[in-house]
Amino acid sequence: MTAGREVWVFIEQEEGRIAPVSLELLGKARELADRLGGQVCALLPGDGVAPLAQQVIHYGADRVLLADHPELALYRTLPYARVAIELVRQRKPAIFLLGATPVGRDLAPRIASAVSAGLTADCTDLRIGDYERQGRVYHDLLYQIRPAFGGNMIATIVTPDSQPQMATVREGVMRLGEPDRRRHGVVERIEPCFNSRDLDLQVLRREVRLPQVDLKNAQVIVAGGMGVGSKENFRLIHELAEVLGGQVAASRAAVDAGFISPEHQVGQTGVTVRPRLYIACGISGAVQHRAGMDQSAKIVAINTDPNAPIFQIAHYKIVGDLRTIIPQMIRAYRQQGR
Amino acid sequence: MPYNSVVLVKQVPDTAHITGQAMNDDGTVNRAALPAIFNPEDLNALEMALQVKEQYGGRVTVLTMGPPRAADVLREALYRGADRVILFTDRKTAGSDTQATSYVLKCAVEKVGDYDLVFCGRQAIDGDTAQVGPQVAEKLGLPQITCAEAIEELREGQIVVRRALPLSTETVRCSLPCLLTVVASANRPRPPSARRMMACKLAATPFDYPELLRRWPEFETETALDHYLTERGLKIEVWDGTDLGLEYGRVGLAGSPTRVLKVDLVVLHSRDSKTFAADESGVAALVQELVQEYVL
Repeated sequence: MTAGREVWVFIEQEEGRIAPVSLELLGKARELADRLGGQVCALLPGDGVAPLAQQVIHYGADRVLLADHPELALYRTLPYARVAIELVRQRKPAIFLLGATPVGRDLAPRIASAVSAGLTADCTDLRIGDYERQGRVYHDLLYQIRPAFGGNMIATIVTPDSQPQMATVREGVMRLGEPDRRRHGVVERIEPCFNSRDLDLQVLRREVRLPQVDLKNAQVIVAGGMGVGSKENFRLIHELAEVLGGQVAASRAAVDAGFISPEHQVGQTGVTVRPRLYIACGISGAVQHRAGMDQSAKIVAINTDPNAPIFQIAHYKIVGDLRTIIPQMIRAYRQQGR
Repeated sequence: MPYNSVVLVKQVPDTAHITGQAMNDDGTVNRAALPAIFNPEDLNALEMALQVKEQYGGRVTVLTMGPPRAADVLREALYRGADRVILFTDRKTAGSDTQATSYVLKCAVEKVGDYDLVFCGRQAIDGDTAQVGPQVAEKLGLPQITCAEAIEELREGQIVVRRALPLSTETVRCSLPCLLTVVASANRPRPPSARRMMACKLAATPFDYPELLRRWPEFETETALDHYLTERGLKIEVWDGTDLGLEYGRVGLAGSPTRVLKVDLVVLHSRDSKTFAADESGVAALVQELVQEYVL
């Protein structure tokens, strides 16, 4: 085992389903570990989660640390932190990645604090690179890249002198790899030890709301901004999305104006998406919004303002009024025999 | 039964108004170049603590860490009903990341002592990390309840809290003392009370004494002024690293494991792009291309 070069990923699961961000991170961890000449190790806590270990290996893990225990059935900070902190202390991974989900952002700082590690929140990119300070060169550090100050800047953070290098990573920004069912890996069972204070907190009730919109997995997204003009006009966005078999999204301005509900919001404070096609209608393209969609494979921008920043990242541009163009698009699409 | 609270608050640059002069060369924030405000979710945390005090009794102590001008948020806390306010300020802690900051705050909370609840906002708008709360909890050895939206029950040393998460609501029970990070949907923070603003308008840190003595020469000496303010609960206490017995190796840039390697302004890159006419044939050509390229 190459201790000190291991890249760890926290596998978040609920009721036997692995959070998509954990699978995304396995792919990224694989890439980082290959670069470092190390292994990918997944920490999988839960109750009855042994069947998930193979899936974790298929997505890129060399080793799964399986902490299967009834007290880990539902996520609670202290039992989960206990398991992770003990393992990090014993095995000293080089890098430890968690999803920037409510669970990951509750757990990661607790672990970092206990082991005196640096931690960067909500990263949107991770790379390996060198760092020089006061004549000393550090090789192969983890570059932890995140937007700062409302998305106006991108900061690159390193943690040269402490291990592990920890980061939480935003959902949907790392590409989800294809599982390789022929991959082999080691599953190692961990026996957690808790003290009574770890188990003090009880979850009395839990109500899960199903997401009404699934922007993260959408292949085609039609998005509207302030330029749509009104809630009534937003019907056009819905119609185009329906015809194309896509989902409806919106800029923050459109949400703030009450054109559509907040779960449709894409951007810095909303969801990050990377569909095959993103059609931005009446969206100026503030940094805030672009941060959530500029990884889309193809971007179509429709705007009356030829100087709108959205045109600078669009692959296909139409300068014009969405109220006439959207119906034309629908007609043209139907004429293609679709 | 009364419950004593410590509320951790932060004065933050108003990140909605960032200009080019807002960053130092080392990538840290030049706070002086930005308007400074009370971190919004910290106001929700203070409100929750004040409601606990109103319902059960107890003291609300508000603590902040920052430069001397961070005393402004403590004045605002006094206007809203805080019993005691403390400013931790020490140049040696400048540049602290969340790890170093949480160490300082842990030491300060311990010095306040005798607390049942520690409150802070879920996250600060300048960093959006949401890390300091859990890191303080870990260092104090306390359980944490993040994203707290409501205290549903508080009795016999136990608290029941409703947590508001993006896709779920969770209700948990936990023994005191514990730390709560509070979300914006928890409450509507009360505005400063006019009566308390009048009563607390003299509130000052010792940094303000020279200026106050110029305005009220009748106090003659700083000692006399200090005595007057202390007696009336108007002194904003100021602590530094010596007061907390800090290990200076654990604070400031030296005590911060994270380093800012670089900060890039977001620049737009023009891509290879095609423009289509805004008419029936232009739109048709676009749709045809999307279909042919297997995008649609």
